[in-house]
Amino acid sequence: MHHLTHLQRLEAESIHVMREVVAETDNPVMLYSIGKDSSVMLHLARKAFHPAPLPFPLLHVDTTWKFREMYAMRDQVARTPGIELRVYRNPEAIELGINPFTHGSSVHTDVWKTQGLRRALDEFGFDAAFGGARRDEEKSRAKERIFSFRNAQHHWDPKNQRPELWNLYNARKHRGESFRVFPLSNWTELDVWQYIHLENIPIVPLYFAAERPVVERDGALIVVDDDRMPLAPGERPQLRRVRFRTLGCYPLTGAVESDADTLPAVIREMLLARTSERQGRLIDQDSASSMEKKKQEGYF
Amino acid sequence: MAGESDAIPQEVREYLESQQRKRLLRFITCGSVDDGKSSLIGRLLYDAKTLFEDHLETLQRESRRAGSGDETLDFARLLDGLTAEREQGITIDVAYRFFATDKRKFIVADTPGHEQYTRNMVTGASTADAAVILVDARKGLLTQTRRHSFIVSLLGIRDVALAINKMDLVDFSERRFEEIRDEYVEFARRIGIANVACLPISAINGDNVVDRSARTPWYRGPTLLEYLEAVEVDADRMQRVPFRLPVQWVNRANADFRGFAGLIASGALRVGDPVRVGPAGTQSVVTRILGGDRELPVAVAGQSVTVCLRDEIDVSRGDVLSHPDSAPAVADEFEATVVWMHEQPMLRGRSYVMKIAAKTVAANVMPLKYKINVNTLEHLAATRLEINEIGVCELELDRSIAFDPYEENRTTGAFILIDRMTHQTVGAGMLRFALRRSQNVHWQALDVNKVARARLKGHDPCVLWFTGLSGAGKSTIANLLEKRLHARGQHTYLLDGDNVRHGLNKDLGFTDADRVENIRRVAEVAKLMVDAGLIVLVSFISPFSSERRMARALFADGEFLEVYIDTPLAVAEGRDVKGLYKKARQGQLRNFTGIDSPYEAPERPEIRVDTTAISAEEAAIAILGELERRGVVAGA
Repeated sequence: MHHLTHLQRLEAESIHVMREVVAETDNPVMLYSIGKDSSVMLHLARKAFHPAPLPFPLLHVDTTWKFREMYAMRDQVARTPGIELRVYRNPEAIELGINPFTHGSSVHTDVWKTQGLRRALDEFGFDAAFGGARRDEEKSRAKERIFSFRNAQHHWDPKNQRPELWNLYNARKHRGESFRVFPLSNWTELDVWQYIHLENIPIVPLYFAAERPVVERDGALIVVDDDRMPLAPGERPQLRRVRFRTLGCYPLTGAVESDADTLPAVIREMLLARTSERQGRLIDQDSASSMEKKKQEGYF
Repeated sequence: MAGESDAIPQEVREYLESQQRKRLLRFITCGSVDDGKSSLIGRLLYDAKTLFEDHLETLQRESRRAGSGDETLDFARLLDGLTAEREQGITIDVAYRFFATDKRKFIVADTPGHEQYTRNMVTGASTADAAVILVDARKGLLTQTRRHSFIVSLLGIRDVALAINKMDLVDFSERRFEEIRDEYVEFARRIGIANVACLPISAINGDNVVDRSARTPWYRGPTLLEYLEAVEVDADRMQRVPFRLPVQWVNRANADFRGFAGLIASGALRVGDPVRVGPAGTQSVVTRILGGDRELPVAVAGQSVTVCLRDEIDVSRGDVLSHPDSAPAVADEFEATVVWMHEQPMLRGRSYVMKIAAKTVAANVMPLKYKINVNTLEHLAATRLEINEIGVCELELDRSIAFDPYEENRTTGAFILIDRMTHQTVGAGMLRFALRRSQNVHWQALDVNKVARARLKGHDPCVLWFTGLSGAGKSTIANLLEKRLHARGQHTYLLDGDNVRHGLNKDLGFTDADRVENIRRVAEVAKLMVDAGLIVLVSFISPFSSERRMARALFADGEFLEVYIDTPLAVAEGRDVKGLYKKARQGQLRNFTGIDSPYEAPERPEIRVDTTAISAEEAAIAILGELERRGVVAGA
């Protein structure tokens, strides 16, 4: 008897999901957000199709407001042989100069990310998009399918999801309809960190503690990543030892104070953590059901 | 760089090493809102310290807002994901929850106990290794307890824990516990559940959930968590079952590499093993097993691998690799248990897309043998399955597949049914066994065949399938066409809807189920006549495209010509030769096509006749011209 560990089982399931998508859809894409979940998803995809190159491109829906270290990581991934990475910036958002300071977090996120993603999928004609979301992240995700059907308007109908049994996924659809597929559905945050450690997967250094220039906004620690960040009169960024549990647009992503500058230290912090990771994201706190509303509109 | 550290704290290193041995168990919880099921899961999450502080804060805030009264946490709220459900205070779908102990990671499928949601429970049970069924100690076994147990057993779950909850409300009475236990053990034995454990608990107070209760000194068994940490993981059991690898994807990385990728469903595979490809029956030998970029000497159930074979044999998606001496059976007709999941009922004779492991085939639903009353386990006669009903029927596939009975293998015996038009998942099922006629009765090959008979006739036999609304002009045009063909010496036969309903199909009415059967019989009769060498004209409203597709599937390419008599409803109703539209409008006729029953127009008919543009005579001439163009009949 050869007992498989929980990570081996999760890995096998994710790979199975990815191969189903490639076998059953016409034009899949993997959304690459540069975060740790994307890094794990990419690593799994390379395993799933080895020794062939990835049978789909990666897509980064950019907002122009990510951390500089994220862009450096993305560009490094884009240079990897066998990987095609496309970057999409919503032209409407560029034209209107949408940013989190003038327009607020919800408009910024809606136009750059939600609208941007929908336009990108339509423009490239992708009919299945892998996302790194996990069911443990947030309540409304706990009920989402692994193969999540979207109508031609990219809307998710939580009341009318296809039943998903065994590991039999129904990927049939009409023209214009599509799927969001979540191969990491059954992973937890801790699983992701353990797997990164076990498989030695490269991640953005922002996950590790370092001295960074920080200001406090609405109780969140915001790292001033470039000079586009407007400061209040007399406000001075302070150097504090912080790291991130989740990454997004830098003005909207809260850091946590930490000394964890290695992976084992990060995992130890995880074990002691009593705060779930999405709390670092300012967009979730609008209302109890904000994530569910965003999802219905096409946010990942 | 990630992963490097010169000073890994000892306790973290130990922790990470212990994680390497952690196993995964999936289980389902069944019970109603009142049984305290959500509270139980909340308690497991809370005591296993997987509830994060902000989740707890939200929980406290929402418990207060919903007016649950006191300061006790309402764990149930934590598990209700979607807004509307939260307002209704019930869970209506399947939610997956996660927690971990030092020994295992757990995935909990939380499904509702409410009557109309059988499909959700089936969904949750399909991936579960074990089930926790809750009962209220005050109420004992209820109808729903039996229903949940039956579904759990049907879905092949072998380990069931009966959590007898709310023991605090019966003063932790040993006698009450034993009453319920004895009754349940007897019932579980009767429905074939292999292993049963009964536990006295109180989810609200935590007795025997994670920690042993001081209030049940008479109880010697495990706590619920101890049970969950010890019960057998299904993937382990599957390693003892013969090897199966359904091929998901053929990896042709380069000219020298051809690998067959898939998730091993059962058994184990070693490099050097001989393998058989089902259903074709070809054989080869394993030269490499890849797990990602690593070469593996052996791989087991639960692993996703890529397998390379010694010989250049044909292997495609959907094929099943096995060992030659324990290969799966091959068949195209089955008896299966089906759980229906859609508002549109399952109809006899209708064709669905069937996905089984990595294979997709067409499946016709043959006679429903019976449906099962999930409350009493009685078998009831039935002609159709409604949503949330479970029945046993025969399935006929369009080709042979490699399979195992579901009770032997939960991967190669499980399938879903998909509607051809809407692409919705409408049903799920489990293969029971292959029908003997499918394995042993071979088609009798006769010396005088269709080709020989057709030669005698001087034309290609075919069926002209006239479809359109009542009053569209189908029979008129078909009749004119037949006269012209007959005049040319062609051997024809006209099957007319009304006439057939006076004889062969006089037992059928106009419900959806009967319409499907009506078409099935006519299509089979037409097939026999085509086989006899005739040009068959079928004039039937045949409103559903799935039935026309089913009819088409009976014939060889080019033999089935769909003739769409396209007349707008207003025009057909205006003619109303038989006065039927008037009756339908007055409500004297039910299920009348175009009025209160839909007509699904053909998307790509071979021939389309617009009766608002040409006369019936002109239409007959045009169709004849098309038959000449297709070479069915020679030119005049």
